[in-house]
Amino acid sequence: MSIEVRNIHKKFGEFQALVDLSLKIETGELLALLGPSGCGKTTLLRIVAGLDFADQGQVFFGDQDAQNQKASERGVGFVFQHYALFRHMTVFDNIAFGMNVQPKKVRPSREEIRKKVMELLKLVQLEWLANRYPWQLSGGQRQRIALARALAVRPRVLLLDEPFGSLDAQVRKELRLWLRRFHDESHITTLFVTHDQEEALEVADRIVVMNQGRIEQMGTPEDVYHNPVNAFVLNFLGNVNFFHCRLVEGKAIIGDTVLDVPGLSVDKPHPAKLYVRPNQFKLSRYAGKGTALKATVEYVNPAGTVVKVNLKTETGELIHAEISQEEYKHLKIVKTEQVFVSLKDVTYSEHLKNNP
Amino acid sequence: MKQKFVKKSILPGFSLSLGFTVFYLSLFVLIPLSMIFLRTSSLSFKEFLDVIMAERTLAAYRLSFGTAFASACINAVFGLIVAWVLVRYSFPGKRIVDAMVDFPLALPTAVAGIALTELYVPNGLLGKFLQAWGIKGAFTPFGITIALTFIGLPFVVRTLQPVLEDVDPQIEEAAASLGANRWQTVTMVIFPVIIPALLTGVTLAFARAIGEYGSVIFIAGNMPMKTEIAPLLIMTKLEQYDYTGATAIAVGMLLISFILLGAANFFQWLTSRNLGRT
Repeated sequence: MSIEVRNIHKKFGEFQALVDLSLKIETGELLALLGPSGCGKTTLLRIVAGLDFADQGQVFFGDQDAQNQKASERGVGFVFQHYALFRHMTVFDNIAFGMNVQPKKVRPSREEIRKKVMELLKLVQLEWLANRYPWQLSGGQRQRIALARALAVRPRVLLLDEPFGSLDAQVRKELRLWLRRFHDESHITTLFVTHDQEEALEVADRIVVMNQGRIEQMGTPEDVYHNPVNAFVLNFLGNVNFFHCRLVEGKAIIGDTVLDVPGLSVDKPHPAKLYVRPNQFKLSRYAGKGTALKATVEYVNPAGTVVKVNLKTETGELIHAEISQEEYKHLKIVKTEQVFVSLKDVTYSEHLKNNP
Repeated sequence: MKQKFVKKSILPGFSLSLGFTVFYLSLFVLIPLSMIFLRTSSLSFKEFLDVIMAERTLAAYRLSFGTAFASACINAVFGLIVAWVLVRYSFPGKRIVDAMVDFPLALPTAVAGIALTELYVPNGLLGKFLQAWGIKGAFTPFGITIALTFIGLPFVVRTLQPVLEDVDPQIEEAAASLGANRWQTVTMVIFPVIIPALLTGVTLAFARAIGEYGSVIFIAGNMPMKTEIAPLLIMTKLEQYDYTGATAIAVGMLLISFILLGAANFFQWLTSRNLGRT
């Protein structure tokens, strides 16, 4: 079932939560709504679910207008950040709830419900918890039960509101891989909200980056990461350094230094803001051919898959760089040493009108 | 919770505060109560039974516990509605309505009794309408129930309010998205969570109503065998200098109350044991 929202406006008092937002989620897609808190992503999700109502605009499930459908009639499975399990019910009863409230005519028999619940418990790998109460479970287990509960009513679409937001890092990683696997098998149309770029990049088929009630960019994870359309998207998807400079063909002039900038074509020289990801720097002990920024090492942390290096240029700008462990072994840099910084690549440059 | 009698704790002053608690409870509850038993024990068991099994006493017990129970039931329904409205909706004057709930606690009960009697006598403001329906307001068990309902309301509302505020709106949304209609959401999701608090509130209102005196004596009419409540019977005995008789009736009330409140606590435990603390 595809979902489409058209020209959605939503205000909370004076606060514009969503501004003329349109979006289509294709059947079988796993789409992430990514953005900082307050960007309207949860509001959008709740409007799709029928838990909130847009001031203007429409929501379509397939080609059916959902305007007059209540939340209970939309056939959506909704998973909350804080699980929202029924705490007076066992895990079994929680999952069975959606089936138990169906009208007598269409309600499955007790035996069918039991079978379905056990099937779902198996799917989330928690069969042995059927008779426990929610407060006896860990956060990760609760969220898996919440997922199973949402799936019990065979929803047409699955909506997840920061589903892994309140879990600890290890469980979060495990669960998002589980979600990805589950989606690959079930192909249920899924819309999930997150403020964690890593999560979105890892799980989603497509990412919608939102800011202040608007969509900034839509695309595959690869696309939004490598070809951000603006500085906001770039900033939001991972750490980035920026320099004010003047761009000429293939070169960036920062202060007195002229840097080679690979892969950048410029029509005519102009002032610009240059955005560089931490892994796009090359550090060396000697100024090679071409020129490089001179910088002092302020901090080195080799604990991790990459080595984090903080540098300060002669003009006082801070650079956060990441180099591989091999490079680090080769360089053997320590604090207060001087190194030369050059650019391997640039993610994005912003055309500035005024001289920096 | 299984633990040693005195568990090591970062909070100091356990023995001091426990000592104070025991002293305080003894001074204000235990010793006065034991005086009642002491006084009654001057009667033989047969004499004691004669007093509390006398027809007039039994009628008073029936009336007291019956009307108290009826008023508690009425408060269970309407107190719940009042608490629900106060927690769930915002409307102009909400704070005033909220403050009004406490009136029955603050008002001298005799004043409340006189006011209610005035309203419900056959030619009173509300009594008129009841009269037209053939119902007698004041001077009947019905009138007593009204007075007790008035007295008990704050107990139900004030116990329910914090618990209702605690009910996560998201569990209602979850129920809705799972296809539950409003009625199913209320009965299957919200009710089970607030039942223990409702029971506590109703028990408090009930306990208060059993012992209520001031607001009832005016509206009751106090006809022996018909509208004479147990606390009034005790007063009557006292006025006749029959102190032992009075305390015997009091002991009877205490025992019944003790059993009823014990049962209420048991049900409260029964309904809350699966809720956990999350």
